[in-house]
Amino acid sequence: MNTSSRIRLSEFAVEALVRVAGFSTIGFVLLIFLFLLREGIPVFLQVPLDNLFGTRWYPTFDFFGTLPLILGSLLITFSAIVIALPLGVAAAVFVREVAPNWAREILKPMIEVLAGIPSVVLGFFGMSLVAPLIRTTLGVPTGLTAFTGALILAYMALPTLISVAEDALDSVPKSYRDASLAMGATQWQTIWRVVVPAARSGILTAVMLGMGRAIGETMAVMMVTGNAARMPTTLDSLFRPVRTMTATVAAEMGEVAQGSTHYHALFGIGIILFLITFLINLAAASAIFQKRRRGGLR
Amino acid sequence: MSTMLKFQVDHLSFFYGAKRALTDVTLAIPERQITALIGPSGCGKSTFLRCLNRMNDTIHGTRAEGRVLLDDQDIYAPGTDVVDLRRRVGMVFQRPNPFPQSVFENVAFGPRVLGTTSRSELEGIVEASLRGADLWDEVKDGLKKDALSFSLGQQQRLCIARVIAVKPEVILMDEPCSALDPISTLRVEDLMRELARNYTIVIVTHNMQQASRASDTTAMMMLTDDRKSGTVIEVGETKQVFTKPQDKRTEGYVTGRYG
Ligand SMILES: Nc1ncnc2c1ncn2[C@@H]1O[C@H](COP(=O)(O)OP(=O)(O)O)[C@@H](O)[C@H]1O
Ligand SMILES: [Mg+2]
Repeated sequence: MNTSSRIRLSEFAVEALVRVAGFSTIGFVLLIFLFLLREGIPVFLQVPLDNLFGTRWYPTFDFFGTLPLILGSLLITFSAIVIALPLGVAAAVFVREVAPNWAREILKPMIEVLAGIPSVVLGFFGMSLVAPLIRTTLGVPTGLTAFTGALILAYMALPTLISVAEDALDSVPKSYRDASLAMGATQWQTIWRVVVPAARSGILTAVMLGMGRAIGETMAVMMVTGNAARMPTTLDSLFRPVRTMTATVAAEMGEVAQGSTHYHALFGIGIILFLITFLINLAAASAIFQKRRRGGLR
Repeated sequence: MSTMLKFQVDHLSFFYGAKRALTDVTLAIPERQITALIGPSGCGKSTFLRCLNRMNDTIHGTRAEGRVLLDDQDIYAPGTDVVDLRRRVGMVFQRPNPFPQSVFENVAFGPRVLGTTSRSELEGIVEASLRGADLWDEVKDGLKKDALSFSLGQQQRLCIARVIAVKPEVILMDEPCSALDPISTLRVEDLMRELARNYTIVIVTHNMQQASRASDTTAMMMLTDDRKSGTVIEVGETKQVFTKPQDKRTEGYVTGRYG
């Protein structure tokens, strides 16, 4: 065999390998999705919709109301973002615009390390430190509340939020800063009135990514939110226990009889969660698309 | 000469870190006139211009020596309020750089930063500034439109409107027409003549016709003999610099033999 045909053969082998790997990855994702549908769809047929989207989740008594779980997830996700957004943007502004070089060199890897803390560790930290603190300072019956979950989730969303927001700030052209400074704006005015607004679609993307991560988070949330499936519709709900979709699936999947309505209901929750995450990602993608089309960031 | 001097630059040298970019620049800039800076690329015209409003301060590790007097005050003296200096000495850049916001927001930016909050007051300033920049008729029905949706020539006049909205005393322009087509260029030149009645204008240009048409005073910059940094080699009334240059190098440059 001469060299050129050997090269051609190895070329072919590599290409085939990459192709198989690529297609099988997509194939597995599809299979998981089909499995989710196959196991979840029955619940939408077996249980009337007013029960399925009712306010009570007592599977042992055939109440499959997912509303408290959906609202529980949304409540802690949105609260987490409300907490994380100002902190994240402020941190990104500090790292990118204000910090001296040496501080930036230290902070950036530290933020990346934060992203790597396992969620069970954060859950443990939340249970043993944050929850008692909340119970004593706020005087509520238990420290395992939606707010505790939101705090932990905010903390988990922060590293991504900071680094994506930082990239967005970094991509704001120098010419905008120059124009602002040359008009007699101070450094702060330039940051808040020019740089951050010009980076807003990138910051929005950061928020969406953070939300996507937060809403799917399970372990830490299960450990600190108390897991009571009550409707979070009263004013004090933020400081009461709450149960999320993820925690429900994780807690109940182990003891459920395969093929039962309850089993299918848990997969149904999976479908709902998937849809919500999908919508969030879609919103993030369209924000990015809009930014490109407008040419807002050049 | 009976004209007042706005800037008096006295033995100014400038360094980017260890690299010397300007040596011993001495130059007087008359008030309410147009002063053109000409010279080959890389001789420090932009650097010099950015010394006049201390925009070079935004580049890390830069340093100036010598004095730059603005109305007899040294702007490099310790304790100078740089923010206030830049309000008095505005700048128009080589590439139009409006903010990615509406026309109105762009022009209202400066007054807002300076503390104007009343909507009607802002509207007045925006209209006056856009009229002053000869842009009002073209944008008055689209004040809410994205500034980036206008032509480059219009964007550059918008940048001029944005600068005059803060009522500066001096406007620095660094090759403001280099990205524009010939017709937009002529409009900006007309505008400069108009503005020179109220403002002191310093313009860097590569365009000899532009310098000779539009300016009152011309300063010729050149690399020093060791070719390491730039300096002013000749200053004078524009007509004289173009018709009877004193320096051989100026003559060569303005007649297009090099640069
Ligand atoms: N930010 C900078 N850092 C280091 N050197 C610079 C910087 N800007 C300009 N220079 C150098 O200073 C000299 C003068 O540049 P510049 O003022 O831009 O010239 P001109 O505008 O006449 O073309 C050049 O040698 C250039 O390389
Ligand atoms: Mg230049």
